[in-house]
Amino acid sequence: MTHKTLNLNVPTLTRVEGEGAMHVTVKDGIVDNVELEIYEPPRMFEALLRGRGYAEPVDITARICGICPVAYQMSAAHAIESIGGVVPGGAIRELRRLLYCGEWIESHVLHIAFLHAPDFVGVDSGIEIARLHPALMAEVLHLKKTGNRILDVVGGRPIHPVNVRLGGFYRAPTRNELESLSADLERAHAGAISMLEWTSTFEFPSIPVRLANHTEYVSLRHPGEYPFNEGRIVSNRGLDIDVETFGERLREYQVAHSTALHAVLDDDRRYQTGPLARWMNNADLVPASIRAVADELGVGATETNPFRSILVRGLEVLWAVEEAQRIIATYRRPSRPAVDVAPVAGTGHGCTEAPRGVLYHRYDIDAAGIITDAVIVPPTSQNQAAIETDLRDFVESHLDLDDHTLGHRCEQVIRNYDPCISCATHFLRFSIDRDAS
Amino acid sequence: MQHELSSPTIDWPARIERGEPPSLAVWKFASCDGCQLSLLDCEDELLALADRVSISYFPEATTAMVAGPYDVSLVEGSITSEHDAERIRQIRRDSALLITIGACATAGGIQALRNGRDVDGFTSIVYAHPEYISTLATSTPIADHVPVDLELRGCPIDRGQLLQMLASVLNRHALRLPTTSVCIECKARSTSCVMVAHGTPCLGPITQAGCNALCPSFHRGCYGCFGPMESPNVGALRAQLGTLGLDGDAIFRLLNTFNTGAFATAVEEGST
Repeated sequence: MTHKTLNLNVPTLTRVEGEGAMHVTVKDGIVDNVELEIYEPPRMFEALLRGRGYAEPVDITARICGICPVAYQMSAAHAIESIGGVVPGGAIRELRRLLYCGEWIESHVLHIAFLHAPDFVGVDSGIEIARLHPALMAEVLHLKKTGNRILDVVGGRPIHPVNVRLGGFYRAPTRNELESLSADLERAHAGAISMLEWTSTFEFPSIPVRLANHTEYVSLRHPGEYPFNEGRIVSNRGLDIDVETFGERLREYQVAHSTALHAVLDDDRRYQTGPLARWMNNADLVPASIRAVADELGVGATETNPFRSILVRGLEVLWAVEEAQRIIATYRRPSRPAVDVAPVAGTGHGCTEAPRGVLYHRYDIDAAGIITDAVIVPPTSQNQAAIETDLRDFVESHLDLDDHTLGHRCEQVIRNYDPCISCATHFLRFSIDRDAS
Repeated sequence: MQHELSSPTIDWPARIERGEPPSLAVWKFASCDGCQLSLLDCEDELLALADRVSISYFPEATTAMVAGPYDVSLVEGSITSEHDAERIRQIRRDSALLITIGACATAGGIQALRNGRDVDGFTSIVYAHPEYISTLATSTPIADHVPVDLELRGCPIDRGQLLQMLASVLNRHALRLPTTSVCIECKARSTSCVMVAHGTPCLGPITQAGCNALCPSFHRGCYGCFGPMESPNVGALRAQLGTLGLDGDAIFRLLNTFNTGAFATAVEEGST
């Protein structure tokens, strides 16, 4: 296919959260090797959590990621609460879902409009999109801001919210405080639909060999609602296990080219997590209003083209806006903002749906409430193998592209997963060796 | 009590002197990304700001990249590897103004909990093959490596302070950031003292203001995101925390979280 022998470098992958490197080797038109190289200067959270108090991971693990701190707070809280069998319900449970709605909205809209859409529009940044489509981007920015306002009102601030604790919150917001979000949510609802309509006009490249039965899609599934904090771990291939079993079957392995651990199920069962997996396993659980929009935009119940994940993220934003509206409309301030969570010696597992997929935490604590061991598996670790597979399949089916275009498209392949590189990675560079010999 | 930016030591880049958009670069070291995200979280101001500066290097936001030198560099994160120690020296050479943003950059961040401990042991807890991992034994603030023109505290930084800082740089006027304690902010917003009224342990008396006393307004004690205020009386607060029932380990943990290095230094200075 190619007759060239050359090295191509794209020195920094942009519009991802964090920095990393990628290397592709092509020999005789066949992709010889693909490595997603991750140079996170290790921050070693799992080690520094040892010896800390059992109430601290809610704040400490939030600092793993400034974009999805709520996901860390929720997985940590559920894991530690589970040791003593504490299950906060009622209004506290609703407030946790509302907080998560805020994070999904701000994180997804950041990715859709600022990180991902420029690829489809053919510009360098979301700011340039704003110059091309000022009215649309004004609504998109308002939508993002509404996500952050939810985080402000419920959590105290958008980045590293201060109001989350084991058992619930330090202070439950009043009904009036939540209702102050209503007008913004109404406008945000229209904004989410505008954003969806806009992104549905994009042209989506494809990865030919990519089929639903080629990959395992793993997500939470709850019997009655689109998943945030609770449920069993399921997949399109019949996996259906509780969170504790998931944790026991998760295997992390280290590769020389990455400081982010790769995660597989059992010994070698690769899978992916994130919006495509959530949608595939739970599309039947969204309200009819969301399904109607999906139908209108041509988004099926099973979407396997990773480039189309931008549409599923958009549908999840719309769903999160409606879910926030539902929670606010029925909210009754709880008599106490939190239930008590006493230290109990044991092991706790927690798994919630971060914007990028399932985020698993496990803690061992002793009777005094001191952490003796911690394991954290972020979604990006679980998706690294899928990203590498996509890169391999994409490069192999697009070797006719010139190096510049191919390099650019490979960056898009990575961005499809919205990799949260502070969770897992640090410095992404692109290089490709084509060897005709 | 006020931090002055417009000191004679600042050599304003020519473009700022002429009122032209300065070139802006945003750099990431060991961090969570949250402080640079604060810039993208300025939804109401972002587009106006994009007209007032020339974004030359901000890989999270744009694929376009312009080589240095840069008029203004914002630096997030701490130094944890030899490679990054060299990288910050080069960025300093390329930058007229270097501004650190957030607790990782100003104090080493939570990852500074490794300092003084067995980092090889840490690495082997997290990684099966520690030999693949290159890391320093310490996480240190940017100012330990290169001169810093201005710093914004916080874990994360405050969006209002970020905008205030950018406005002061663009207009060459003084930046006034409070160096008082969080207690002053509680009084200013009429928040009852959580320590006096409810016996809640609080770092407010020794922590620099800047968050508008966020945690006490949520009935929670301050946990020190903005690091130590000027001349904090750490000893008096330790005694008070002990009276409230915290043992030595709990007090140590409270003082050693997101601004580990900074509170530790303040404790040393207070004891001499």
